[in-house]
Amino acid sequence: MARGDIKTTSDPDNGDKWPPIAAFSQTAHTTDSESSDTVKKPVSEETAKLKRPARASGKKRGVPEGLWQMCQGCQATIFRKEAEQLLNVCPQCGYHWYVSAADRITQLLDAGTFEEWNAHLEPTDPLGFIDKKPYADRLKAEQKRTGLRDAALTGTGMIRARRVAVGVTDSAFIMGSMGSVVGERLARLIERATLEKLPLIIISASGGGARMHEGILSLMQMAKVSAALALYSRSGGLYISVITNPTMGGVAASFASLGDLIFAEPRALIGFAGPRTIKATIRVELPKGFQTSEFLLEHGFIDRIVDRKDLKSEIARVIDYCRG
Amino acid sequence: MAKGLHRLSLERPIYECEDRIVELEGRTTSIDEQEELRRLRRDVVEMKKRIFRELSPWETVEVARHPDRPKTSDYLSLVFDEFVELHGDRSFGDDRAMLTGFAKLDQYKVLVVGHQKGKTLAERQACHFGCAHPEGYRKSMGKMRLAAKFGLPVICLIDTPGAYPGIGAEERGQSLVIADSMFLMATLPVPIVCVVIGEGGSGGALGIGLGDKIAVLEHAYYSVISPEGCAGILWKSADYKAEAAKSLRFRSKDLVEFDVIDSVIEEPLGGAHRDPRQMAVRLKTFLVRTLRELVAKPTNELLATRYTKFRQMGQVLERSPEGLKPSKP
Ligand SMILES: [Zn+2]
Repeated sequence: MARGDIKTTSDPDNGDKWPPIAAFSQTAHTTDSESSDTVKKPVSEETAKLKRPARASGKKRGVPEGLWQMCQGCQATIFRKEAEQLLNVCPQCGYHWYVSAADRITQLLDAGTFEEWNAHLEPTDPLGFIDKKPYADRLKAEQKRTGLRDAALTGTGMIRARRVAVGVTDSAFIMGSMGSVVGERLARLIERATLEKLPLIIISASGGGARMHEGILSLMQMAKVSAALALYSRSGGLYISVITNPTMGGVAASFASLGDLIFAEPRALIGFAGPRTIKATIRVELPKGFQTSEFLLEHGFIDRIVDRKDLKSEIARVIDYCRG
Repeated sequence: MAKGLHRLSLERPIYECEDRIVELEGRTTSIDEQEELRRLRRDVVEMKKRIFRELSPWETVEVARHPDRPKTSDYLSLVFDEFVELHGDRSFGDDRAMLTGFAKLDQYKVLVVGHQKGKTLAERQACHFGCAHPEGYRKSMGKMRLAAKFGLPVICLIDTPGAYPGIGAEERGQSLVIADSMFLMATLPVPIVCVVIGEGGSGGALGIGLGDKIAVLEHAYYSVISPEGCAGILWKSADYKAEAAKSLRFRSKDLVEFDVIDSVIEEPLGGAHRDPRQMAVRLKTFLVRTLRELVAKPTNELLATRYTKFRQMGQVLERSPEGLKPSKP
């Protein structure tokens, strides 16, 4: 609704001069190609790392080590191998467990087609932020623990032979929160998708929203990524947002909500304010199922709830409606 | 001089001084007392300068939240020649936490959008202490589209602790409206000027914060999360709000350093609440000067510059065989 309006009511004199590709072709694309030789090595290393099943990065929140695991959905003890074969979905109750960004890419894209973009971008500590421990130390620890440089992977690949631009956030890395690197990788991804006229898929798993440790710069990533999506949309691009457990705060309030199509995995926690904040503010019990995918579907904010096993085929199917 | 219904503890020495001045001025005084009066008048100015120059991050939050601090409604009467309020989001309701309407500013006709906190307790409750619901952002988006259709520049006055956290807010799409609003403002084909006049609280502030020029009043703050919220999450207790305030680097001088705002508008001595009229004059001067600059620009250039402005925000490192170096995005 909003987007349609912009197209018809705004700057009639502007015509097809929009988007101002010149405005961003220097920042994203040329930086990429200029430095492509120098960064080739790190990029391919990263990509190689991704192709290994990320077992090391699997020992995360909700995925403890061991042969057996308790399901958060039904509390049953599940044989891990069995759940893994079902893409980390509980065989008893269908609860969708954590999936690392690397595993997500393996699940979603045709085998061997993923090429990572902007892997050479790394986080810094612009504020000199210190809580119980310094942010700089936290970053190092998270990088070591997850094998990721920051909370998002971006790049290109094929979904059933359709080339797409794809971004995935990983809730294991500081709650999947968006700081400057996540914002920058996504903005470059979106700009490149605009230039190369690729469908765009972003899969969110960001319970942390905008990353506190980078302060106002994190907040501004919301504006930056949303503005990039606005230009992408005006160029006619198709954006499919896939929201997974959990997606909150500044991520829910920016790119996750801006899809032409919005899919969600079943029973994901999705919302703006955290349940504890809401409880503390209004001092009443929250209704059952509050802030779940099903709650959002019922209130009209999600197009489809899609089981993980169907995600690839569902995405391919809707791409064909819009771009076929 | 020494009215001040609400006095912050950091202001106590100032008010003690001023109360004494008022007392001495109100009666016949001895030679010694006349000397004291002269000294106090001199000292109080120095004291205000010193205290407000040395505000800690948490004290800045207290000043930004000062109950007597001028609100959007004050600026509507002090800065603008006329305000024609436009109500409602045409869908659910009329959120009192978001004021919208036509206004005249010098020779310009504009649309004003602003968070409203209210003055009396009843008003504060009616507008949820400046925390807008989704209908507030739907209202501001609707009026911005109207402004775009008829070529009116948009002025956003930001003053919110954050978007409202509640059941109804979630049911009606709080995340979606903030995202949609940024999406809309990124390509709105009229000039947009945003000023944080008090609290720039997170997504609720940014929801009307994407524009061509962003200014912050000297003692306002603009943050990714409230200091209490940050302390609750990272320190597990809101008691650490002062530590969180220090870590978050959200004061006007920090925002300049991080290159996320264009201007800081200086406040009158002792803060905006001590002289709302003077503050309004300064705000008006800034707005008129900025509009003059922006309305002269062709729409394409305006939008391309707006995009680039936000596109460059953030700090990342770039890894190459030579090592890590800062990369300006
Ligand atoms: Zn289960």
